[in-house]
Amino acid sequence: MRTVIAFTRSSKWLLSFTAIVALILSVSAFPSQPASAAAGPIKIGFSVSLSGDFSSDGQAILQGYQLWANDVNSHGGLLGRKVQLIHYDDASTPTQVATNYTKLITSDKVDLTVGPFSSLLTIPSAAVARRYGYAFLAPAGGGPSVFQQNFPNFFFVQPSPVADNLVSFANWLKSVPVSKRPKTAAYITVDDPFAKPETDTGRSFIQRRGVRTVYNTVVPAEVKDFQPIALATVHSHAQLVVIGSPGSDLTIALIHTFIQQHYSPKAIIATSGPDQGKTFSNAVGLRNTEGIMVPEGWWYGAKTFQNPEFIKSYLQRYHGTVADISQDVPEAYSVGQVLQQAVQKIHSLNNAALIREIHHDRFQTLQGPMHFDSAGRPMGQSFIVQWQNGKPLPVYPSRYAVRNVEYPKPAWH
Amino acid sequence: MDLIYGAIVTGILSGGVYALMASGLTLVFGVMDIINVGQGALVILGAYLTYTLGQHFHIDPFVSLVLTIPAMFVIGAVIEITIIKRLKRERTMLSILVMFAVALIIEGILTISFSADLVKIGASYVDSSFQVGSVYIAYIYLYGFLMSVVLLAALYVFLYRTKFGQGIRATVQNRTAAELIGINVSRVETVTFALGVSLAAAGGMVYGAINTFNPVSGYDLISRLLVIIILGGMGSLAGALVASLVMLVVEDITAVVWSPVWASLVFYVVLALALLFRPQGIFGKVVARRQ
Repeated sequence: MRTVIAFTRSSKWLLSFTAIVALILSVSAFPSQPASAAAGPIKIGFSVSLSGDFSSDGQAILQGYQLWANDVNSHGGLLGRKVQLIHYDDASTPTQVATNYTKLITSDKVDLTVGPFSSLLTIPSAAVARRYGYAFLAPAGGGPSVFQQNFPNFFFVQPSPVADNLVSFANWLKSVPVSKRPKTAAYITVDDPFAKPETDTGRSFIQRRGVRTVYNTVVPAEVKDFQPIALATVHSHAQLVVIGSPGSDLTIALIHTFIQQHYSPKAIIATSGPDQGKTFSNAVGLRNTEGIMVPEGWWYGAKTFQNPEFIKSYLQRYHGTVADISQDVPEAYSVGQVLQQAVQKIHSLNNAALIREIHHDRFQTLQGPMHFDSAGRPMGQSFIVQWQNGKPLPVYPSRYAVRNVEYPKPAWH
Repeated sequence: MDLIYGAIVTGILSGGVYALMASGLTLVFGVMDIINVGQGALVILGAYLTYTLGQHFHIDPFVSLVLTIPAMFVIGAVIEITIIKRLKRERTMLSILVMFAVALIIEGILTISFSADLVKIGASYVDSSFQVGSVYIAYIYLYGFLMSVVLLAALYVFLYRTKFGQGIRATVQNRTAAELIGINVSRVETVTFALGVSLAAAGGMVYGAINTFNPVSGYDLISRLLVIIILGGMGSLAGALVASLVMLVVEDITAVVWSPVWASLVFYVVLALALLFRPQGIFGKVVARRQ
């Protein structure tokens, strides 16, 4: 009989213990989202690549977020509360980025999350944010593989999906008389979820303009010796070179070898590199930037929402010139703008309401007006920027252009 | 055919520079049984020193070596005396962890000092080239290769024609016997480690003039350098030279003829095949200690 009682007591203890554990687990699995009325700053968490392959872009993304937070705080904050940024370095690795967002949500209990750099890191990050019901606005990471996930909480804050970035360039080619159009093209792309789809889509459009592919190669992300690839490109004698690079290293390396080999194609366009301001111009030499193109969603002279204030803040804080500004900075700043407008409209930090609001409304950003489809895909179009006289300037399509396209590209200096 | 010819020339010229960077690594292993996994970070540190002297004082990259090689020698000596020498047990294993930590510290300091932006060492001849047949050869590759040859020759003379070099070789052959005949093995180790690090200054200068780099670029380098010294035979200078040339030429030809996707794989396939038939590497440790 005593044994039975003891067993019953043990069972009660066991049940109580299990219930407590379950309660703790459920609390930690669904972290409370602090109500907007709560005191203290609004905590916004994100992971950023301060080391590893994306460290250059990661640093620029951080600058963009910090500039936005400073501007918001200097104007009274968000919903009357200060904005506090919490971030961790992800070393450019998908495993660390997932760990960082889990920590931000479950341990730091951030109110809102925003994205890291690159499609590679966005997929695991957005998955973590979705698990906890957080809205996830990303300044980069709009490759097709991201949208294929159908994240209901994901929004890519650039004018157009990455894969369509070279469509504007292909459209410009169509406007060039056939006799003057490049006859042949070489495509060199890093095997990366951002760069490869963009280059592949661009190639299919460019081929439709009658430009024959004479060299097409994919470079594994871990390869850092680009000399043989550059030599093969030179040997192809292509009149147009399309470079698919998630960062600037491939673009810079190819340009240096082209100069050494006295090979100057009629046109060069890169998915990334020429958009990184002084990092690019310092590395290839300002005079050798002339005529190089890149698809972009922002430029410093655009008459877009808060652009003059953004430039003023940037130059005050980081000095230099407007041409020095990496494209990553306004992209991250734009994420803050969309977040701010959405929060102000719903007057809440409730992430479910925030997701609904961002799906159904339009927002003003440094990159122009922005709205998103059900997969978080932006519904706009990027434009082509070309370095001319030491400055990156929009050249196509005409509604964005401040100069004509310089074609053919002048010879190297 | 021109393309293959170009790839071979580039492979040989780049291989010479890699041999220089790997020589420091293999020398330190030969004498101290230490795998300096921080060598990649030290090469990048050397590149940043040259970059800084060029940016602030407009010193030519090759001239800057007059300052950077001694500076890196001192840094190497400090690391050896303050860290490596304190490892009394299981030094080979612990040194891997310790030097990895040193690499992380260097990366951190460089990131704070220079940011993560990619940079490149500039000079008038970096983008200049001359024509040989149908191929243009960039001066920086040629100068880098010639400098590597000169420094490797100087290292050879130091090891085989000086008394201190004899001490180093004696330590490589038999550490205990070297101590018994009065060689100051502790001093030999400090100088060898510092020498290995100082070679990183020269390798880093050329690496930084050929490639863009940032504080984390050392990780890309170290795996290749380790493959080179394993293939060449751990501790063998001649092995490092031959392995560098073989690996870079094979990789470059594969990249241009086949695909860059296979080039990096071939790098490791060559290593696997070579070790299958010659586990001690091309020159092997026994041969290395006899040279």
